[in-house]
Amino acid sequence: MKKRWQVTGFVAQAMIAVGLLAGLSSRINGQQPTSTEVKIDNFSFNPATLTVAVGATVTWINRDDIPHTVVSTDGVFKSKTLDTDEKFSYTFTKAGTYSYFCSIHPKMTGKIVVQ
Amino acid sequence: MADQKQNDHKSEDLHDDGVDRRGFLKCMAWAGTGLVWTMSGGILVSRAFSKKVGSHANSGDLTFVQISDSHMGFNKPANTDVIGTLKTAIDQVNGLATPPEFLLHTGDISHLSKPEEFDNVDQILKGATAKDIFYVPGEHDLLDDGNGKAYLDRYGKNAKGAGWYSFDKKGVHFIGLVNVVNLKAGGLGSLGHEQLEWMEDDIKHLQHSTPIVVFAHIPLWSVYPEWGWGTDDSAQALGYLKKFGSVTVLNGHIHQIMQKVEGNVTFHTARSTAFPQPEPGKAPSPGPMKVPADQLKSVLGITDVNYVTGKHALAVVDSTLG
Repeated sequence: MKKRWQVTGFVAQAMIAVGLLAGLSSRINGQQPTSTEVKIDNFSFNPATLTVAVGATVTWINRDDIPHTVVSTDGVFKSKTLDTDEKFSYTFTKAGTYSYFCSIHPKMTGKIVVQ
Repeated sequence: MADQKQNDHKSEDLHDDGVDRRGFLKCMAWAGTGLVWTMSGGILVSRAFSKKVGSHANSGDLTFVQISDSHMGFNKPANTDVIGTLKTAIDQVNGLATPPEFLLHTGDISHLSKPEEFDNVDQILKGATAKDIFYVPGEHDLLDDGNGKAYLDRYGKNAKGAGWYSFDKKGVHFIGLVNVVNLKAGGLGSLGHEQLEWMEDDIKHLQHSTPIVVFAHIPLWSVYPEWGWGTDDSAQALGYLKKFGSVTVLNGHIHQIMQKVEGNVTFHTARSTAFPQPEPGKAPSPGPMKVPADQLKSVLGITDVNYVTGKHALAVVDSTLG
């Protein structure tokens, strides 16, 4: 029994390491794995609200025929202009809620919740 | 069908003052098929294009053309040849019965603000018979690392702030506004305090009878806020213009014709020379709309504007590229 716990602990640790590396660290809280990709499509961010763990790297990818940007409303991060199929990534090292928008089409808004 | 409607309309529209408001509403369905819009005393009226052409060869009259949203650099399926369609537009401008004295470009000159995109537009516009071209930026023109420096260096030498300015032509006062900078999350287009103050001061000395033309990229009226098609602080700008008898507002951005009359103000948006966008709410997003290749030129176009001296009126004519 004890041995089994150790194995499980080892697996859990490995998962933490892999999860952090891959930006899938929400697994450590026992939550469903969340995608760390935000798709920009039809002038919207999908998902509009994404919850990740501290240390996660989020990648935005523009699937529209029109360029967009990803700009934090508090100045925390700011992408260059993303043309079709271009990506932007940011690693969140502190917990909090990060609101962002497309500075070209400001009706497009989204949130990253880091916990 | 449009021709038929236009013909039907001509039969009840042959006196000089054009149609009444009821007639105007009827015309809304077929704007852009070669009709002259005339604003007179705050009411938009219309006349057949052919009649208009013959009716004002007066040297005091003013004719100019608005082009918009050339999106140089765009190469997606909605139009893989924006160079070709802009050239077609300029050929069409050069062939107008009444040559325009100058051109207005209401923004989104480029798609990604790249130097070669601006270069291409400049090269094509050199082919225009009219040599004076006045610009305002669209949001696609300010995407360089300098946040618009490339645009200002090229087009804004005599402009203030982010690129706003005014000038006078034959008694008409033109105001070029910028509503695509410092946009706020969740908001619409924005003019900003500094520009509004400048505008209030700019028009202070003008007589109320001076015809005013305001041009800016994003519509200065609420076309469809859900898609960002409006300007948050446009009401303040329009408030300054209330005392003027004739105000015409020309915008781009939405790649289709929209018209609205409010008091003494006529609002008008122009077609793009690059690609069409869907009607408000008729698609999941305002992204480029793909139409069959043989129909593309029927949804792109130019806008011809005429001011007739002594008539205190501006006429707006939209025509497609094909």
